[in-house]
Amino acid sequence: MRYLPHTNEDISSMLQVIGIDTLDGLFSSIPEDCRRAGDLNLPKPLSEWELNDHMSKLAGSTAVSPEYKVFMGAGSYEHFIPESISYLLSRSEFATSYTPYQPEMSQGTLQAIYEYQTLTARLLGMEVANASLYDGASALAEALLMAIRITRRKKIAVSSLIHPLYRRVVQTYLAPTCCQIVELPYLKNGRTDLITLDEIDDLAAVAVQSPNFFGCIENLQAIGKKTHDKDTLFITSFTEPLAYGLLKNPGSLGADIACGEGQSLSIPRSFGGPVLGMFASKMKYVRNMSGRLVGKTKDMDGKKGFVLTLATREQHIRREKATSNICTNSSLCALAAVMYMASVGGTGIRELARLNYDKSEYLKKEFKKAGFTISFDSTTFNEFVVKFPAGFETKYENLLDKKIVSGLPLATYYPELTNQYLFCVTETKTKEDMDALIRGVKS
Amino acid sequence: MKEIDELNLPCDVRYAEDHEWIRYEGDKVRIGISDYAQDQLGDIVFVELPQSNDTFEKGEEFGTVESVKAVSELYMPIGGEILSVNPALEESPDLVNQSPYNDGWMIEVKPSDSAELEALITRDAYLEMLKGLE
Repeated sequence: MRYLPHTNEDISSMLQVIGIDTLDGLFSSIPEDCRRAGDLNLPKPLSEWELNDHMSKLAGSTAVSPEYKVFMGAGSYEHFIPESISYLLSRSEFATSYTPYQPEMSQGTLQAIYEYQTLTARLLGMEVANASLYDGASALAEALLMAIRITRRKKIAVSSLIHPLYRRVVQTYLAPTCCQIVELPYLKNGRTDLITLDEIDDLAAVAVQSPNFFGCIENLQAIGKKTHDKDTLFITSFTEPLAYGLLKNPGSLGADIACGEGQSLSIPRSFGGPVLGMFASKMKYVRNMSGRLVGKTKDMDGKKGFVLTLATREQHIRREKATSNICTNSSLCALAAVMYMASVGGTGIRELARLNYDKSEYLKKEFKKAGFTISFDSTTFNEFVVKFPAGFETKYENLLDKKIVSGLPLATYYPELTNQYLFCVTETKTKEDMDALIRGVKS
Repeated sequence: MKEIDELNLPCDVRYAEDHEWIRYEGDKVRIGISDYAQDQLGDIVFVELPQSNDTFEKGEEFGTVESVKAVSELYMPIGGEILSVNPALEESPDLVNQSPYNDGWMIEVKPSDSAELEALITRDAYLEMLKGLE
């Protein structure tokens, strides 16, 4: 489908059909004093050249790669995006696709979503995945609401090492309900402290993130066991799905619901959006799962076809009793993710994950050699925390002048962690980039 | 869908305005949904039922019934404790369509107040009510 503006001739012939002289005539039923008199105060239009120039100046004023070497992840990761994916996504059949409201007409869109669901379920080791949600944060909030529906309990436990912004979204979602959120503290080794779990009963769910916000890998198996012993649902969140190329996936470690952010799978960082909420669960909970779901079936002639299935759970049919207020999905981002997963394949994802881990370990080692402390000694994937001597802010600014973004100051989210910075290394960073960072930090 | 005079409305049960039926069986009662309700819903694909020992007030939601076109709530026609739920519905929810008053029963309840049973309407009153809905 193409979007072409109407010409003046188009407009006047349409106005003629309905018997109006001018476009303003369309608004005649709106009282005069409710209408804006005069034009909007907008700058003069620019030519294409001028506009490009203006936009490049705006872009140049921000610290974005490749000009800057960004060693910051924290939920939004710089990964290599294959050119084939940018090309395929820009095809008009894909670029204009939206969550289908007359679904079975769009067999291609449904098939793409079905394949996205299949690969997502495989990556996470889960039995069923939905067509995607908005982002990792809303996916976690939906997972918690789902657990509350399934167990009919009103209390949830959330690790304090889940992305701080995800936890804020969870609070926003749950504020109007009478549900209680218990935050689990963290241990000195950078993992979630489960000791308080022993004192809490009647929990609907325990939610942890792995790798967590400090980059540390949680012992999901042990947490899952402890959670299930309390007859509670186990929710795992993630910000970096690529980690499962190397780590055991949440499904194999007992997750009842696995949810998180899919931005790493070929979606540009774009200042935080649009991104991709990945969501999967055990099959026995499928009727309580939020979001759309595509299924494969056969038509009257026995030919393969795709349908939106279990739509009766959704808002347009079930109104206020629906499993979610979200009746849509992030189709274009889900498409990017399925193209990426299919292009690099299982082997490619494993290699990429290995590369992220190895490079990150190299930088960690170099930091130690340079005399800095790694704050937490648990195993990490592609992020870790470094503790600097007081006054690192000045050095941070100096490095920024040299076009190096040296991590995320954690005190913003964890006030007790002064002078501690969260670093991220992906496959996009070279040895030279990392050595330059270390030189800058030492100087 | 069935015409009103085609509906199977037995006399040995009482009816609720939300289209559940209830049958006395000694000191307990069985509850399901009427032929009218199953016919309106169409092919039933899933029935979500409570657990034994759960207790509900009259009018409270005790489960849901899902057909290919809608999900509807099930309401308690009386208050009481759930003694058992029909295990056959998990595998064969279509029993509700085929045999709404027998094999398609949903829950067995110990009533908390037998006076509530008297408030439920008879077959004739239910039929009159359905005629009013047309």
